[in-house]
Amino acid sequence: MAQILMKGNEAIAEAAIRAGCRFFFGYPITPQTEVPEYMSARMPEIGGCYLQAESEVAAINMVYGAAGSGVRVMTSSSSPGVSLKQEGISYIAASELPCVVINVMRGGPGLGSIQASQGDYFQATKGGGHGDYHLIVLAPSSVQEAIDLMGTAFDLADKYRNPAMILADGIIGQMMEPVELPEMKEYKVDPEKKPWAATGWKPGDKKQRAVINSLYITTEELTELNERLQARYAEIEKNEARWETYNMDGAEFVIAAYGTVSRICKAAIDELKQEGINVGLVRPITLWPFPKQAVRDAVMADGVKACLTVELNAGQMVEDVRLAVNGAKPVEFFGHAGSLMPTAEEVKEQIKRMREE
Amino acid sequence: MAVVFEKTKMLTDAVFHYCPGCTHGVIHRLVAEVIEEMGLQEKAVGVAPVGCAVFAYNYFNCDMFEAAHGRAPAVATGIKRSRPDACVFTYQGDGDLASIGAAEIVHAAHRGEKITTIFVNNAIYGMTGGQMAPTTLVGQKTTTSPYGRDEAWCGKPIRVSEMLATIEGAAYIERVALNTNANIIKAKKAIRKAFECQMSGKGFAMVEVLSTCPTNWGLSPVEAMKWLEENMIPYYPLGVFKDKTKEGE
Repeated sequence: MAQILMKGNEAIAEAAIRAGCRFFFGYPITPQTEVPEYMSARMPEIGGCYLQAESEVAAINMVYGAAGSGVRVMTSSSSPGVSLKQEGISYIAASELPCVVINVMRGGPGLGSIQASQGDYFQATKGGGHGDYHLIVLAPSSVQEAIDLMGTAFDLADKYRNPAMILADGIIGQMMEPVELPEMKEYKVDPEKKPWAATGWKPGDKKQRAVINSLYITTEELTELNERLQARYAEIEKNEARWETYNMDGAEFVIAAYGTVSRICKAAIDELKQEGINVGLVRPITLWPFPKQAVRDAVMADGVKACLTVELNAGQMVEDVRLAVNGAKPVEFFGHAGSLMPTAEEVKEQIKRMREE
Repeated sequence: MAVVFEKTKMLTDAVFHYCPGCTHGVIHRLVAEVIEEMGLQEKAVGVAPVGCAVFAYNYFNCDMFEAAHGRAPAVATGIKRSRPDACVFTYQGDGDLASIGAAEIVHAAHRGEKITTIFVNNAIYGMTGGQMAPTTLVGQKTTTSPYGRDEAWCGKPIRVSEMLATIEGAAYIERVALNTNANIIKAKKAIRKAFECQMSGKGFAMVEVLSTCPTNWGLSPVEAMKWLEENMIPYYPLGVFKDKTKEGE
């Protein structure tokens, strides 16, 4: 299939549709607004549902309702809007429902800026809302990867009955790149595969009536839910870690970075190579589950002196990198909070400084 | 022996947790009977609130969702949009619907969402132990208005039915009470009309039911019903506030 030029947000929306998503509930916020705009035009063409909610709070609760019916459903927003969704996300995770949430991150805290950021790493990977839960968090570094990860997100959400998040930054959302789109997929709710879904029930039916719920009033029952969730998270951690490595052969330093920032780091790595300095990259694609072993293996490789984690925030993923390396080698951080993108030149300077120390 | 009366199959055999004298039980039965009589049990999906009716999913014998506080109309929207043939209802109290969920109910009505809302107004937060609600009457003492609701400080109670009746998308809005047998029969008719309104695709329908809370009002069930008649009905008049069901017939 021929490549076409697409803006990230529109590509994300089309990829979701092609993954079988027919229900979208959202609210405008920069820099993700092209997702609902695209959905509002495209859904009626294919018999899907686009509905503009009165708030992000309402949108995520509409997602909860539709997810409970078993359909493929998603919402998208950007950082302040995703904060508003956290209540609903916690309920969806606790009710063991699949759905996809897009966060096209912008600068924070507060109203922040409308430029790209990676400031929501903690919120996305450590829970975000109340209680012990995890989202499956996928971080694309290109528009093509955002497309590819949409199908993965819906499949993983269904497989594990758990919400999945695409954590993109504003540049992925706004940038145009040549892409290939997957084939259109129709998704039909199969009550055999989703026996928990509210698809209609009457007395005498073999299956039990659906009760989509996250209230467990006795400590024993709530403990049972949490144990079930933790067992599932352990399974996800075992099976679903995804990452990429780059230029690891003979590397004397390793950079850990994800999303758009990883591409800047690749540029720095290529330029350093010209200067005879060999630096590798480990790029987590799943931020949760964090690819601990892969990051540890990269940093612990022979000849690697230290790790530099580069982020578009004040240092968030670096904590997971440090946990993975567990003090065995130095892990340094470089980045800017406030949407000021680190440059390849700055990354090179950091590596050169680390070489001299 | 001939069976002359049976409990509705739309209620499970679970024992209600409601306090003695509380009218939630009556309202549950009316809603359940209407759904069964209309033959909607297989299509019925209920959304329970946060508040005294939080366990409604244990009582209504159909597919059920438990929503976050105030969000039931948004959850119902997601259900109805993904299953347009379903019969979707929310069952919400006054703290849930008139306070924290004010935006969700207003916009569900505004969109003409084809759902049915049962709004139980007892002028207090019951589940958390008797705090002031947006519907608490001026002068009414609660645990967070111990000197009586002060109009200058907290404003007057919200009349939800009157407010929603001003919204174009609202097709049927009625306020009922359960203080007499005649009014209970009227309440059931109103609930039936609200479900018919949904199933004929007319738009959003809500029945507000004035309800007693003897426990948190500090009254006996008989005194509570008298208090409702003397204080609530004058401020919250009974009647139909909106009826678009006749249009186009």
